[in-house]
Amino acid sequence: MENITENVVNEHSHIKGWGIDADPANEPTYPMKMYTGDDHRRMNYERPPMQPKNVEILQSNERPSLPAVFGTSTPPTGLSGKIRRYAFKFSEGSWGHWLPLMLADRVNVVEGIVDDLKQGYVPNIFKERGWNAEWKYNRNKAIQKIAIGVAVTSFLLTVLVYRKDNKSSN
Amino acid sequence: MVAMNYRGPFRVRADRNRPDPEILHPNDAIVRVTRSCICGSDLHLYHGLVPDTRVGMTFGHEFTGIVEEVGPGVKNLKPGDHVLVPFNIACGTCPFCRQELYGNCHESNAEATAVGGIFGYSHTAGGFDGGQAEYVRVPYADVGPTIIPPGMDLDDAVLLTDVVPTGYQAAEMAGIKTGDTVVVFGAGPIGIMAAKCAWLFGAGRVIIIDHIEYRLDFARTYAQCEAYNFKSLGDPVLFIKKTTDYFGADVCIDAVGCEAEGSTMQTITGRKLMLQSGAATALHWAINGVKKGGVVSIVGVYGPTGNLIPIGNVLNKGLTIRANQASVKRLLPRLIEHVQAGRLDPKGLITHRVPLEEVSDAYHIFSRKLDNCIKTILIPSTAAA
Ligand SMILES: NC(=O)c1ccc[n+]([C@@H]2O[C@H](COP(=O)([O-])OP(=O)(O)OC[C@H]3O[C@@H](n4cnc5c(N)ncnc54)[C@H](O)[C@@H]3O)[C@@H](O)[C@H]2O)c1
Ligand SMILES: [Zn+2]
Ligand SMILES: [Zn+2]
Repeated sequence: MENITENVVNEHSHIKGWGIDADPANEPTYPMKMYTGDDHRRMNYERPPMQPKNVEILQSNERPSLPAVFGTSTPPTGLSGKIRRYAFKFSEGSWGHWLPLMLADRVNVVEGIVDDLKQGYVPNIFKERGWNAEWKYNRNKAIQKIAIGVAVTSFLLTVLVYRKDNKSSN
Repeated sequence: MVAMNYRGPFRVRADRNRPDPEILHPNDAIVRVTRSCICGSDLHLYHGLVPDTRVGMTFGHEFTGIVEEVGPGVKNLKPGDHVLVPFNIACGTCPFCRQELYGNCHESNAEATAVGGIFGYSHTAGGFDGGQAEYVRVPYADVGPTIIPPGMDLDDAVLLTDVVPTGYQAAEMAGIKTGDTVVVFGAGPIGIMAAKCAWLFGAGRVIIIDHIEYRLDFARTYAQCEAYNFKSLGDPVLFIKKTTDYFGADVCIDAVGCEAEGSTMQTITGRKLMLQSGAATALHWAINGVKKGGVVSIVGVYGPTGNLIPIGNVLNKGLTIRANQASVKRLLPRLIEHVQAGRLDPKGLITHRVPLEEVSDAYHIFSRKLDNCIKTILIPSTAAA
């Protein structure tokens, strides 16, 4: 064993700091490392002061009350908000919680576009998707995508025109 | 203020008219951001994989900044202090924080109990707006934020908020014994840092596996390790067995998470149909490639619904699995020493420095792994003010 260790040390002399944090006593390691038993006391600890609640916060039903601080970004609104409120009737272990949330996220995207338009802002979806960078660093792929787009559009147009022609000749 | 604004999967932009953050709790601080990063974790949000990611949110959990304002309860910080802010929002007094499980704080996430609050990481991590902005609200300002040591480069400091502690903790949780063969899946910033840190714990051999050549090349020099492309290995598990005399690696580290490539079945069920929370390909390989009685250390992020993994093999092989969000504050003192002594060189990972205004392109480049991107930092125009 000693020999093996000695060899290992010599083989790694070129790596700065090799083995410096090796510690056979590091057992059990993180996350058990600093176990204090404190969690047996459950909620009997001095809680930080509570943040005043001024916006709607959806609370996991696996918690007895709000935590002392919470985020106030983007409170639930609209149809997506309704779906999110429904989702929070279910616990975190349930599909009934997560699937509606995923659905709400998709609905929220449409709401976002409507919101932008309402504020007189037309979102530049190509720019938001980073197409400048695609053009700069992945030009072949970008050209391919554009070509496919053009091909699909012209195909659809041709079909439409053809149908119209057929109809009018009837 | 200018801040990143999430508009839906693959759509983000920088808006100029976002409201400035305010002190909402006596222990809050407002910080003017000087650096913020885009993380592999942000990609899970960007790709629409994390439930309860709301349109209009600002992402960003890795940032440094100057304290502008503090609430009446804050004692350790004052305006003008330049701080690095751990990505975990932690109260410091709950039973979990007292065990230094700062990623599992019981007082910072209303919406979910599994994880503590994380800046700019969906409502499933607490609904806090993040640091890809000019200003950000920092709760529990006496607990997490750490004054940047004099002389430390800001680029090093900002990587101490997540990448360095996460990579280090991946190696630490692996319980590496001197001479161990360590296999790291994923050659992103986290995997590369994990490989580098495995040496500090005395690993005998470190192997990193990915499929992006420029990243493998980078890892070879930066982490001084072996690096292999799983596309050319064929079956990565068999490769690991063969290269360890058919024993298996002593430890495997998953630094990939839910957007893994490499298995059609996992990709279809996990990333296309979303029947599981992402593709568990790397975790699969880790479990099957590690030796009997070995350790699998997971820092790659997975969603809450569940994944297809060979749990039967975990049982039959008697594996130990350790996993968590990094507990950043816990590790900072040691990691600052490592950086100051030159044993770790975090800023060496940064390949892209981008103005905050160009956040759409920055996300696209990192997501598509264009222009040899490893790690991107965003710099607000107010950073130097
Ligand atoms: N636990 C934590 O505290 C914590 C903190 C930060 C990041 N993370 C997670 O760590 C993971 C990596 O983050 P990152 O910033 O390095 O991201 P990244 O996207 O830059 O890197 C991921 C790498 O994995 C590679 N990959 C894909 N499939 C693979 C496979 N089957 N085998 C091997 N490699 C594969 C990709 O090519 C890519 O290079 C993410 O899931 C992120 O969410 C966790
Ligand atoms: Zn991160
Ligand atoms: Zn806590």
